[in-house]
Amino acid sequence: MAEINSFRKGITDGMPICLGYLSVAFAFGIFATEKGLSILQALIVSMTNVTSAGQLAGVPIMVAGGTIAELVLSQFIINLRYALMSVSLSQKLGKSVRMKDRFVISFMMTDEVFGVASGNGKRVGRNYLFGLIVTPFIGWSLGTLLGAGAGNILPVAVVSALGIAIYAMFVAIVIPEVKKCANTLMCVICAVAIGCVLCFVPAFSFIPEGFRVIIAAGAASAIFAFLKPLEAKGEEDDE
Amino acid sequence: MNNAKFLVYLICMAGITYLIRMIPFVLFKKEIKNKYVLSFLHYIPYAVLSVMTIPAIFNSTENIWSAIVGTVTAVILAFMEKSLLTVAAASCVAVFVTEYIMKLM
Repeated sequence: MAEINSFRKGITDGMPICLGYLSVAFAFGIFATEKGLSILQALIVSMTNVTSAGQLAGVPIMVAGGTIAELVLSQFIINLRYALMSVSLSQKLGKSVRMKDRFVISFMMTDEVFGVASGNGKRVGRNYLFGLIVTPFIGWSLGTLLGAGAGNILPVAVVSALGIAIYAMFVAIVIPEVKKCANTLMCVICAVAIGCVLCFVPAFSFIPEGFRVIIAAGAASAIFAFLKPLEAKGEEDDE
Repeated sequence: MNNAKFLVYLICMAGITYLIRMIPFVLFKKEIKNKYVLSFLHYIPYAVLSVMTIPAIFNSTENIWSAIVGTVTAVILAFMEKSLLTVAAASCVAVFVTEYIMKLM
């Protein structure tokens, strides 16, 4: 397999991700400061975590004074997909990627970076990967800073409209997948159903949001992994 | 939020998130073969994102009607496999326009 190892090509491929992150991180910045983090705290969360779903679940736990166990477990479950992506991409690295490079590159293993890095059918080298992760990191950080800082001075109507951005992005990740895989669709419906029961049935209202996500998604995925396991080869669309 | 408390949460949150990404990337040289583990790892991201989205998306704007319009917009564009940026931006615009029209009425 050929290897791409151009820093410039990495930068070019990372730009659309950067633009996407600017808007989503902007919404996160607003969200985080509304929940009670300072501008600097919101920025630091983004610069050290770089995970939209994880941050969205983690910040409410932080400000509500949740337990460390709840925080760590929610991050573990929500971000578990990165482990699969890391395993998958580790098989496609070019020879130029040294061991110490892996410690840096894995920090920026997001859905979009993984998608672009693994979707081009070639081995990826260190220069390419460093180029690919630079602008998304800047976009994620800058977007958070702008959202956290300017969220308060924007008109209410604009803030309200931006509030949906992160969720719309989740929709954009999930829908194309469930469109082509009926089992994933059913798994997702099952997860949402469990989640809604836990959310709306008063008897379960003691369960914090972080755990609700873990329980619903974990249970549905385990059930479907057992009942509808993917065929060993051919369905590896994460490749 | 209190900085000392924040720092403890931050270290835990960033630490676990980094370890999840880093450990397999550094250590994993072999492919996972167990189909149940693979399947679980395949389903989990979509299940997580869906549970986080529903019902929260309907409370993410000023009122439920603009949220519904924004959600429908996102679903339609996502179904057409538009980019993340396009879907997110169009959904925001749909919310903004809906709320603007509702104020005129």
